[in-house]
Amino acid sequence: MNINLTLIGQAISFFIFVTICMKYIWPPMINALHERQKKIADGLAAAERGMHEKELAEQRASEILKEAKQQAADILSQAQRRGNELVEEAKDTAHSESERIKQLAQAELEQEINRARETLRSQVASIAVSGAERILKREVDAKAHQKMLDELVSSV
Amino acid sequence: MASEQGQTASEYIQHHLTHLTYGRYPDGHWGFAHSVEDIRAMGFWSVNVDTLSWSIGLGILFLFLFRIAARSVTSGVPGAWQNCVETIVGFVDTSVKESFHGKNDLIAPLSLTIFVWIFLMNLMDLVPVDFVPHAFYLAGVHYMKIVPTTDPNITFGMSLSVFFLIIYYSLKVKGISGFAAELTLQPFNSKLMIPANFLLEGIGLIVKPISLSLRLFGNLYAGELIFILIAALMPFWAQWTLSVPWALLHILIITIQAFVFMMLTIVYLSMAHEDH
Repeated sequence: MNINLTLIGQAISFFIFVTICMKYIWPPMINALHERQKKIADGLAAAERGMHEKELAEQRASEILKEAKQQAADILSQAQRRGNELVEEAKDTAHSESERIKQLAQAELEQEINRARETLRSQVASIAVSGAERILKREVDAKAHQKMLDELVSSV
Repeated sequence: MASEQGQTASEYIQHHLTHLTYGRYPDGHWGFAHSVEDIRAMGFWSVNVDTLSWSIGLGILFLFLFRIAARSVTSGVPGAWQNCVETIVGFVDTSVKESFHGKNDLIAPLSLTIFVWIFLMNLMDLVPVDFVPHAFYLAGVHYMKIVPTTDPNITFGMSLSVFFLIIYYSLKVKGISGFAAELTLQPFNSKLMIPANFLLEGIGLIVKPISLSLRLFGNLYAGELIFILIAALMPFWAQWTLSVPWALLHILIITIQAFVFMMLTIVYLSMAHEDH
């Protein structure tokens, strides 16, 4: 139990071990620890930020959704209005078209009537002449009575 | 085991408390001591080969094990061993940060070395008292103390190193005049009281390394002695009734002693860094 050179040996090895520990063991370990601490802190901050962003995004999404719904409703009502307009327009067009066709038909009809009247006129003359011939039992000089016939025709 | 090799109990105890010593005989030649008388005759010029070797071996073990973790260290997911080392490093780092407020890159690695090294040296106390010495006996080595911290040379070697660090940093931080003022103008701030102050502060300073080393040495020496007594005085089949509870208690003691040595070192060096 006496004090001897062991003490000095121990002191020397102590200094050597501390130096080695200080150079090769402590710095990498503590750096890694600090780095991990920083990583975890960053991760937590990122998570916090992500959460916040998610909330914002949700808010924005609901806003956009609301807007879209509004737009859809607008478009729908516009389409309905437009549809009604189209129907009205179509009705108007159809109406005017039918008017036109009616007029056309009437004009044609009148034409036909006139033509028929012309034909009738020309035929009535000959029928009248032949009738008169039969009545008079003789040849009527068409030329002599032309004037009278013409009067007759025009009166038809 | 007491009567092994025809020893009496007191011879057995004596044998277990004797170091394997290499030193200078009074006639001038160097060699291993063969008896307690040889050791006494060698005096200061001798080395306790057993405790110093175990101490250095355990120190190298500490550096080796921690270097493995430090070399492949990653700030990502740590492996099992890195995790273990990180726990210890983190624990020491926290202790240092709590007690030491100066800026000094030496304190933390110093504390780590002290804590782990002393813990490993204390841990040798839990190796059954006869295992290693008997193995060495069979190999022809007669004395073998395997717990370095039961050797006051080892504990004083460390506490005096710490003491020199205290002196060094006191002088460095406070300057010679500051350090002298701290030793002479406290606690009574008067010119007349300088001798009394110096006596008080001087004793306070000197007592630091002595208390530091004697606390560790006393605890471990007593613990080891009780293990030896249990082994010497009880029949082998009954020894476990005492040695197991004592070993369980000792797990606590060796950890606490390593921690106390580290904490006091930090506190002393912290005081050395305080500039008034």
